[in-house]
Amino acid sequence: MPTSADDAAVFRIEARVTLALGALGLDVALDTRAPALAISGPSGAGKSTCLRILAGLERRATGRVVIAEETWQDSTRRVFVPPWSRRVGWVPQDALLFPHLTVLSNLAYARVADRTEIDRVAKLVSAEHLLDRWPRNLSGGERQRVALGRALLARPRLLLLDEPFAALDRALRVELAERLRSYCRDRSLPLVLVTHDPADAAALADEAYEIRAGKVVAVV
Amino acid sequence: MTEVGSAVRLSIEIALWCVVLGVAPALGLGWVLARRKFRGKSIVSMVVLAPLVLPPVVTGLVLLDLLGRAGTFGGALAAIGVEVPFTFAAAVIAAFVVGLPLYVMAARSAIEAVDPRYEEVSWTLGVTPWRTFWRVALPLALPGVAAGAVLVFARALGEFGATVVLAGNVEGETRTIALAVYHLLDAPRGGSATRILAATSLALSFAALVGYELLVRWQRRRLELHDAYER
Repeated sequence: MPTSADDAAVFRIEARVTLALGALGLDVALDTRAPALAISGPSGAGKSTCLRILAGLERRATGRVVIAEETWQDSTRRVFVPPWSRRVGWVPQDALLFPHLTVLSNLAYARVADRTEIDRVAKLVSAEHLLDRWPRNLSGGERQRVALGRALLARPRLLLLDEPFAALDRALRVELAERLRSYCRDRSLPLVLVTHDPADAAALADEAYEIRAGKVVAVV
Repeated sequence: MTEVGSAVRLSIEIALWCVVLGVAPALGLGWVLARRKFRGKSIVSMVVLAPLVLPPVVTGLVLLDLLGRAGTFGGALAAIGVEVPFTFAAAVIAAFVVGLPLYVMAARSAIEAVDPRYEEVSWTLGVTPWRTFWRVALPLALPGVAAGAVLVFARALGEFGATVVLAGNVEGETRTIALAVYHLLDAPRGGSATRILAATSLALSFAALVGYELLVRWQRRRLELHDAYER
């Protein structure tokens, strides 16, 4: 939980966005100061799309997105900060590790990080033994962990996780959630988690939202 | 025998020039056609592909109309002392224009085969689209683009129609393997030279096709098109 007024500003996420997706529209209305929130909902409801909107990958979405006092999108004022200037750490569900780069090069993709920082993050995501491997030789769970490490090493201002632990076994899941939670707390890094697993949501998030009939609503 | 050597050397030189000159337009047009949506995209695509379906002789005529002394650009070029027709440059231009569609199509499908979400991930990691192209899209598409280059090389080796119209049949300057074979058919005692040229042509084309096949496989491996099913 935020401990001071400053922290509250850091953790502010305001998103009022609509996106017409064929017949089904998506209405996002978030205004929160919770450091970590989870969005759940049935598959195909638009959970991943919510993250894409925050990352700036859905150009057709209209509305307003403000993160920590910084306006990323304001359609009425024609403001749209492109994804490469937003510094979000997006971890897509299928990891999308760059197949032509080793794990180490994937981790160091965003910027030239010093080796101790890479090792620290690799350890955090339990990937320290994978650094020389190629993505094609990793299991689904390993890929997801490396993708998380790659996102963290970009020093994001907002972490966007799409079913990040789906391919992990229960024990590692709990442990990783615990480590990630304290990592984000130490760095005042807000996160938005998309999951269909209530246990993941409970382990990581302070607030829970749900997509019902194309609308993002708070779970009370 | 020197005629054979000169024809082979010329053909290879011209084909290499086509490969080098085509890289930038093939990548640029291939990327635009693969990734951008814009009005008139199908017209751009049609113009690029036109030389593939036009009889090469007609392509040669169009080029001659543009670059000949009395042509649209030819007059201006002649004024500054540049004469294109019936030179080595003309042979390169003819083979280049005829081969470019293959290059662009190869680059386009190689880039299309790369999941655009890799590029999106790169953007979210703070890397601009331009640098993302060099660091993600191009390396992943590279084997496919290289396969296109090999096709263009092979196509340029065999180019005849546009070359004979725009570049003529000048020994040591524009007389490539295909032109030399045609020329020697009429010549007395040209039989053995014709056979050597034909055999060389077969060998080069076959090597190019093997190279093409290997590069296409590499592209599939690189994009993990097998792994997705194995897991």
